[in-house]
Amino acid sequence: MKRCERMVDAGRRRFLSGAGVAAAGAAAATMLPAKADAAPTPARVNYPSNRLANVSQLKLNEPVDVAYPDKDAPGVLIKLGARVPGGVGPNGDIVGFSTVCPHKGFPLSYSKEDKTLSCPGHYGRYDCEKGGQQIWGHATQNLAQYALRIDAKGDIYAEGVDELLYGRLSNVL
Amino acid sequence: MTYKRQTDRLPIVPADAKEHNVTCHYCIVGCGYKAYTWPINKQGGYGAKSNKFGVDLSKQQEAETAAWYAPSMYNIVKQNGQDVQLVIKPDVNCVVNSGLGSIRGARMAENHTSQQRNTQLQRLTDPMVWRYGSMQPTNWDDALDLVARVTTAVINEQGEDGLFVSMFDHGGSAGGYENTWGTGKLYFGAMKIKNVRIHNRPAYNSEVHATRDMGVGELNNCYEDAELADTIVAIGTNPLETQTNYFLNHWIPNLRGTSLDKKKKEFPGEAVEPGRIVIIDPRRTVTIAACEAEAGKDKVLHLALESGTDLVLFNAFLTYIADKGWIDKAFIAASTLPAGQATALLPRPGGTLADQPLTDFASALAANRTSIEHAAKITGLKAEDIVKAAHWIAEPKAGGKRRRAMFGYEKGIIWGNDNYRTNGAIVNLALATGNVGRPGGGVVRLGGHQEGYSRPSDAHVGRPAAYVDKLLIEGRGGIHHIWACDHYKTTLNAFKLKQIYKRRTDMVKDAMSTVPWGDRKAMVDAIMVAIRQGGLFSVDVDIVPSQIGQASHVWLPAAISGEMNLTSMNGERRMRLTERYMDPPGNAMPDCLIAARLANAVERVLREQGKSAYADQFKGFDWKTEEDAFMDGYHKHEKGGTNVTYARLKTMGNNGFQEPATGFANGRIVGTKRLYSDGKFSTKDGKAFFMATPWRGLQAPGKAEQKAKYKFLVNNGRTNVIWQNAFMDQNNDFVMDRMPYPFIEMNPDDMKELGLAAGDLVEVHNDAGSTQAMAQPAPSAKRNQTFMLFGFPTGVQGNVVNAGVNELIIPNYKQTWADIRKIASASETTKRLSFKSAEYRAG
Repeated sequence: MKRCERMVDAGRRRFLSGAGVAAAGAAAATMLPAKADAAPTPARVNYPSNRLANVSQLKLNEPVDVAYPDKDAPGVLIKLGARVPGGVGPNGDIVGFSTVCPHKGFPLSYSKEDKTLSCPGHYGRYDCEKGGQQIWGHATQNLAQYALRIDAKGDIYAEGVDELLYGRLSNVL
Repeated sequence: MTYKRQTDRLPIVPADAKEHNVTCHYCIVGCGYKAYTWPINKQGGYGAKSNKFGVDLSKQQEAETAAWYAPSMYNIVKQNGQDVQLVIKPDVNCVVNSGLGSIRGARMAENHTSQQRNTQLQRLTDPMVWRYGSMQPTNWDDALDLVARVTTAVINEQGEDGLFVSMFDHGGSAGGYENTWGTGKLYFGAMKIKNVRIHNRPAYNSEVHATRDMGVGELNNCYEDAELADTIVAIGTNPLETQTNYFLNHWIPNLRGTSLDKKKKEFPGEAVEPGRIVIIDPRRTVTIAACEAEAGKDKVLHLALESGTDLVLFNAFLTYIADKGWIDKAFIAASTLPAGQATALLPRPGGTLADQPLTDFASALAANRTSIEHAAKITGLKAEDIVKAAHWIAEPKAGGKRRRAMFGYEKGIIWGNDNYRTNGAIVNLALATGNVGRPGGGVVRLGGHQEGYSRPSDAHVGRPAAYVDKLLIEGRGGIHHIWACDHYKTTLNAFKLKQIYKRRTDMVKDAMSTVPWGDRKAMVDAIMVAIRQGGLFSVDVDIVPSQIGQASHVWLPAAISGEMNLTSMNGERRMRLTERYMDPPGNAMPDCLIAARLANAVERVLREQGKSAYADQFKGFDWKTEEDAFMDGYHKHEKGGTNVTYARLKTMGNNGFQEPATGFANGRIVGTKRLYSDGKFSTKDGKAFFMATPWRGLQAPGKAEQKAKYKFLVNNGRTNVIWQNAFMDQNNDFVMDRMPYPFIEMNPDDMKELGLAAGDLVEVHNDAGSTQAMAQPAPSAKRNQTFMLFGFPTGVQGNVVNAGVNELIIPNYKQTWADIRKIASASETTKRLSFKSAEYRAG
């Protein structure tokens, strides 16, 4: 133990008296460990709980344009008519998805015919009835789906998304 | 529920992160990427000054931004023993992909080994040997000593023909100039191994002998030609899925008309318009749907011919075009064999004396003459569609200018019926219309892997080359060295091969289990006794435990691109250096250094045995790094190689240069944009040959009988999401969630008849073997015509491909027929999948 302390002391002395010190006092000051306050940060982003629409506004298989978690993140709400993964409401058929293609960020368009979202950029396709699974495409993730909640008044709230949104390195900016 | 990562944010690449050049190590296209690494305890910020992109990341970025990366592009890996953060994202400044990332390449980071993030922990970290009844770790010296002793013992008894070798011959992942040279110098330099095969075919041979015999190297144009062509002719290829960013970044602009300015500039005074495309493929693919969406249906002609009849179609095109006078007479006269000299030709190497297909234009035309009506009858196409295609290919443009047609072909032809003649018939068309070596032209294979071939001569292998699988099945050979090949997944007649291979290697395993590991002499003796009785000792050099490796006795762990410096070239001969940005897992090494250390071990054992002359042949493997192998191989031996070094390639960045290098000027390697632009071809006198390619039906043995006997065509090939035989993807959650079993696309009425629902597991069976797949309804599929994913671990299509090959031992995977029956209803893993149409339709 003593030996260790001596070595530490020796090192400290060398540092303080060494050839480099004359070069810049300021450099020495920055190299000494400055004590900073470590502030805790949460491990996940805090998603806002945003009202997107009311169930009364949704018509079967008619997409409603929304944005979540902010106005720069377009998406849709769709009432599909049958219980699906991630669906809410009495029939478990209301879903919400980002409409920005996770491949290169082009806007997706909804096909009522087969309940898919398609990308005009590079032909990617996503299945709204399968949790946004990429049917075919170039994205390395499936389509971000909203975590939805419906309150007693029928207001539909989004409270999270399950994949990183294209064009942002934090889902909440 | 479909797979979601629940990633809500990613660490930001700091401004001072290290930057490395990366060429995607998967497909032929070789997209440019950048790898960024930085210490684990640092991160960039949202402010423009604190991140690598110099962009305010607190704002939503636009489409196609360079300042975003997906969760699949991030990982935590080792670099010089330290944990670092890694982002690998597409390079917007690379002319190949202009920032586009494919579903394969954009997962490179996620598909690296990370202890911290539990990715690719399947990677081999140490040599493994069969000990006490299972594979157990050992050190390199121990493993190489055993391999060297058994190898020399087999050679001592059987000669070098007793050593069977399976080795990659390509670039990119599990390949590259360093590694082909390392293995090539061992097996073709130090030794002259004849019983050798490549990863995807049962012999050591070209996939495209015909074009080479005609004097036309198969990668003769540049990617820009796809932007300049008046008509693209796509044959047996599905480029949106298999050459994705070549198609998206260079074909689509032509079909959209956005390359018109480039055409005007390149061809002043010539009529130009948006490109047209002729697609020759029995199956309707997503490529066709995308072309129709971009160009309009009137500029896309899909010739959905009867499987395996392509040759007739090309002969009919040639006949029609010649009779119309739409051939390039001046080009034929200047650059191809003059008429009347054909009789002086030698027969095709490997052919019989009577087999003299290489000839002049007139003789080839006479031999190949095929009427439109005859072609229509055999191909099942409409006569007017064949005529329309011929017009699109060769009808002179306004002002009498020659139409520029680019011919791109791939596995539909290469693994298709009558490979040699069909390939020749395509090149005939290109030569006749003057479409080689000129802008907007080219007759090219579109490619699978990247290329990266540098080896001593393989002339000793002979032609036709040995049919290695057949010899293995017959019980020949005593030891098998395997380099990054998994024949259990990617060969023909796989059902039979696996049975025999397992039996032969089990004999050796059982013998090994009778001897203590530490008694090396007793161990080698026991192995040799088993080998004399028909056993086979199997050494598998790979990055993961492969399926064939389950039968092996030694596994040697290899490194991949990025864990080593690696050079390759893409489909336009564009050569780049991928810089090492991380450590290989554990004690894994680059293949070239494994080959070198094996050569060292063999030399040592031979000297022990007093065989000094033979031992001397194994000198010259004193490489310490992959760069040593590169300088010994490519730099010294390849055309223009002396102009190329790692330092120069690093400077050339992700755009590299196009091979061959012709010089070094102003700090840049000077390359070659197109081959044959001077009209001189790769023959003795520079004159290209035409080829006599008459139609002869289904050529490979057993195919016609199989077609008559079984109901369903089992066409087969690749899909977008999977790279190769899924050796990495089998350990990737995103992929395996989407593709737990290989799909087999079937007409919905066929499914109904068999009582099948989407996602049901079916058995595909014939007299060659059986395999399984999940039923995928495909309304565009013709009745009785299916398409199955090739080379997938949970259902190997090669099980039902018979042993029939062409005269040069090229397999014929595509023409396979079988019956289909239900095994089981959709399971929980397939029920959650989407079986909706993959086809994009413009809204």
